[in-house]
Amino acid sequence: MKTILSEQQVALVVKRLSHQIHEDHLHLKDTVIIGIQPRGIALSKRIVNELKLLVDPASIQYGILDITFYRDDVRKELHVANKTEIPFSIENKNVVIIDDVLYTGRTIRAALDALLDFGRPAKVELCVLIDRRFRREFPIQGDYVGQSIDTIISQKVKVCWKEKDGRECVELI
Amino acid sequence: MRLSTKHLLGIKHLNKEDIQLILSTASNFKDVLQRPVKKVPSLRDITIVNLFYENSTRTRMSFELAERRLSADTLNFTLSSSSAAKGETLLDTVNNILSMKVDMVVMRHSASGAPHFLAKHIPAAIVNAGDGINEHPTQALLDAYSMQEKFGQLEGLKVAIIGDIMHSRVALSNIYLLKKMGAEIMVAGPPTLIPKYITEALNVHVEYNVKKALQWCDVANVLRIQLERQNQPLFSSLREYSLAYGINRKLLESLGKEITIMHPGPINRGVELDSDVADGPFSIILNQVENGVAVRMAVLYLLANREN
Repeated sequence: MKTILSEQQVALVVKRLSHQIHEDHLHLKDTVIIGIQPRGIALSKRIVNELKLLVDPASIQYGILDITFYRDDVRKELHVANKTEIPFSIENKNVVIIDDVLYTGRTIRAALDALLDFGRPAKVELCVLIDRRFRREFPIQGDYVGQSIDTIISQKVKVCWKEKDGRECVELI
Repeated sequence: MRLSTKHLLGIKHLNKEDIQLILSTASNFKDVLQRPVKKVPSLRDITIVNLFYENSTRTRMSFELAERRLSADTLNFTLSSSSAAKGETLLDTVNNILSMKVDMVVMRHSASGAPHFLAKHIPAAIVNAGDGINEHPTQALLDAYSMQEKFGQLEGLKVAIIGDIMHSRVALSNIYLLKKMGAEIMVAGPPTLIPKYITEALNVHVEYNVKKALQWCDVANVLRIQLERQNQPLFSSLREYSLAYGINRKLLESLGKEITIMHPGPINRGVELDSDVADGPFSIILNQVENGVAVRMAVLYLLANREN
């Protein structure tokens, strides 16, 4: 087991990602943030909290998206659905979707399908904490990436969050 | 998490976790139905046949809509326009349909146990949409969903099932389900329409006075008098039934408490329910219909063929 990011590093990366999003979307005008269920929620909440220090909190529109019903492996495995909550229109908005690990790209593919059922966004960007390179199965890349790592298939990337796992770090197992 | 069963033949065969999984998945689908695009691609590679050997409006449309909202391909079979009228057996009909690569069968039949028979002989997943006087599991699930939505939980809830208990598959499925979820049940109606020994068999209260039953309960699930299943007179006339067992506004107002009114439909207005009650503020009848689509989506989604 190897630690990729310590608690302190996770905090720094979250801060950097938030600043990058702010830089590209000044004052978050016409921009909405969407976390992907279940594993992208913790990161997206931290980024939203960070953004609240940078822009007027009232201008932040934050939603959560569940992709269970859009997965392409329905035949293989049954997944239990989570809540989706997007209490605003995404029509003509810039959408930043947030997940913890970008790996095969299939989750994001499903998320794009799910997202488009809510309207036609002007632009969609992807923000991830960890990008596992070289194992992509779709042409999908992150726009805001915490850390890129090279891994082999047998390895697992574990992202721990305080509220779920009691500690905050990213480990390679 | 997955269901403990491959088919939905009845509530009898489900356990509490199955029911909870179906209800919680249904609430996710209810969210989907509020979106601008009320459709998800989950079952786009699944083909479902709706076999209806008995008439139905609500259930068939609700299933069909649920299937389409899940992006499944659907086939419809109705008795009047089929080869069954030429004497083909049920098993032959279904095997012929399945040879066209159909994954799931939703079926309604006037013979109790017909889906159980099919389940023994065919590989496809079967959803019972009502078999004779046995069970109507998706109706019980949507009733439970509607009650849970209104009251928060089913445990401890007092539910009166009123009317033709003898011929009602809705009553039996509801009793099984609510018992498993910890609700208390009373059946009420004329003695000729309540099976003997029902207390011993299913552990429910029995009451022959409708007003007393209404006073006891939080929810009254009022059933239709099923004249098509009664081959001998079990009460003297519809008018007399309505006078003794019908529910009207005056009766509800005399209770001194608010109760919720449900009905699986179709309503015989003026017989078991008066219009001022069916369309009144305490009725959740149309919510039941709305929830039916979400609940059936959950059942189909959870039962769709998996490789492992």
